[in-house]
Amino acid sequence: MILKSKRLFYLLCLLLFLLIMLLSPLYTSDYFLILVSNILMYIVLTVSWTIFSGPTGYISLAPAAFFGIGIYTSAIMGSQFSLPVILATGAAAAFCCALLVGMVTLRLQGIYFTIFTFGLVELLGEVVQWWEVNVTGTTGRIVPGTEYTTVYYTMLGIAVVLMLTAYIIKHSRYGLALQSIGEYEEAAGHTGVNVTALKIVSFAVSALFMGACGVIMATRWTYIDPSIAFNPLFSFLPVLMAIFGGVAHLFGPVIGAVIFSYLEEFLTTQFPYYYMLIFGVILVIAIVYLPTGLTGLIRKLGGRLRRRHANT
Amino acid sequence: MPILEASGVTKYFGGLAAVSNVDLSVERGEVYGLIGPNGAGKTTLFNLIAASLVPKPGIIKFNGINITGKKPYQVCRLGLGMTFQTVKIFANMSVLENVLLGSFFGSPKYVPLSEARKRSEELLEFVGLSEAAPTPAKDLTLSSQKRLEVARAMAGNPELLLLDEVMAGLTQTEVSEAMRLVNRIREQGITIVMIEHVMKAIMNLCDRILVLHHGEKIAEGTPEQVAKNEQVIAVYLGE
Repeated sequence: MILKSKRLFYLLCLLLFLLIMLLSPLYTSDYFLILVSNILMYIVLTVSWTIFSGPTGYISLAPAAFFGIGIYTSAIMGSQFSLPVILATGAAAAFCCALLVGMVTLRLQGIYFTIFTFGLVELLGEVVQWWEVNVTGTTGRIVPGTEYTTVYYTMLGIAVVLMLTAYIIKHSRYGLALQSIGEYEEAAGHTGVNVTALKIVSFAVSALFMGACGVIMATRWTYIDPSIAFNPLFSFLPVLMAIFGGVAHLFGPVIGAVIFSYLEEFLTTQFPYYYMLIFGVILVIAIVYLPTGLTGLIRKLGGRLRRRHANT
Repeated sequence: MPILEASGVTKYFGGLAAVSNVDLSVERGEVYGLIGPNGAGKTTLFNLIAASLVPKPGIIKFNGINITGKKPYQVCRLGLGMTFQTVKIFANMSVLENVLLGSFFGSPKYVPLSEARKRSEELLEFVGLSEAAPTPAKDLTLSSQKRLEVARAMAGNPELLLLDEVMAGLTQTEVSEAMRLVNRIREQGITIVMIEHVMKAIMNLCDRILVLHHGEKIAEGTPEQVAKNEQVIAVYLGE
């Protein structure tokens, strides 16, 4: 009974928060909307990364590749189609690409898988560059821009659908199976889990959201080229944000993404020259001293407090 | 029809034949023992049966179906459960979740949550781990972890269970408990193939025993026949 009312309370809080988010364009500045859209972008990249890599422990450095696919879908289809059509196409393109890549690479384990996925980002970037120079004869592309509020609402929509998807997967039998793959892949297979299929499909589902995210971000950036679209930073940051926040809980990556992207914004505006330096130091400290991430730290502190209460 | 049939099963690792030209046939309801000195190829033979490895050449049939070249999860869903020589539990998942996974995925049909939960709780009761259900599996003792593996393997309602050294590293009392457990599994109509070094257990539990040495079958028969076999004595005690 207590558990149920507690869950209801959380749900109401979430709905209230969502309502505030939905109404915020009415009373805030453009700067705020752009900032929040940016944070939402990192949330989407980080949480979608966690769907696959969190429970299985396969560290993928491919987010930038799927993000870039979304960006180029947006650039190519931009002027002729409506936004929903482009969004669906970008997401589908990233999904299909991940299916293909997954079939080839998910036999690889550990560091080999990580290096391959990183190679994929570079490969796609180079291929697109080559294509643009030799076939279309351009280096960059102009993407038709959309209004700040459209970007904001679309990003919010993607984030909400993503959170729901991640929650459902995590609490379903497939979430349990993904975790068992991370624990002991061989035993998972002998317990009846179709390990290969599950890995490939969940990898592709996570790519779908990264693709959609790329489509909408491109319309805000308005100019893109291969080095912007396939920037490896969009592979590293989601991983770091997820680890910083902690992957055991669904809120971990969200908190990590919010703090990190705000920190980035704050440091670039306040300390433009030392930004990278400070950022790096914070990262190192976080990884060395917070192996289970922020959520792990909070849980540990909470446990200690409760024990102290119990003792007195 | 035998429940498990292997003919001419061979597996090379590089130039070394880990298992060579082994035939075996296990009848339904039997407890079938697999013994041999270290490195004889017992675990490799298990991995071949459970489809972690593919024999070359050789054919393995389960319930008359050729399972050579199938994937481990397919073989599991056909009704073949297994435990591992070195325990391979899902350490950070709870004891109940370990078994739940088997209930969800171990059988070919879709099992709803309520049914899977009921089945898992029954199995934990069966192996004596009910009280430990919510604890992380890594916190169990070795003997409990081995029993957890048995429960997980049984979650998919297998017809055949492969037990790889479930008694190794256990104390005397734990071994007796494990022997009772094997008997109770058998009473449920499940066929068992077991690898074991604890001779007391092998001699008391098994209907028939196969002896492997350097990957080859050197003897097969009832415990009495095998114990009297001169070649087996030579292998175990030296010439």
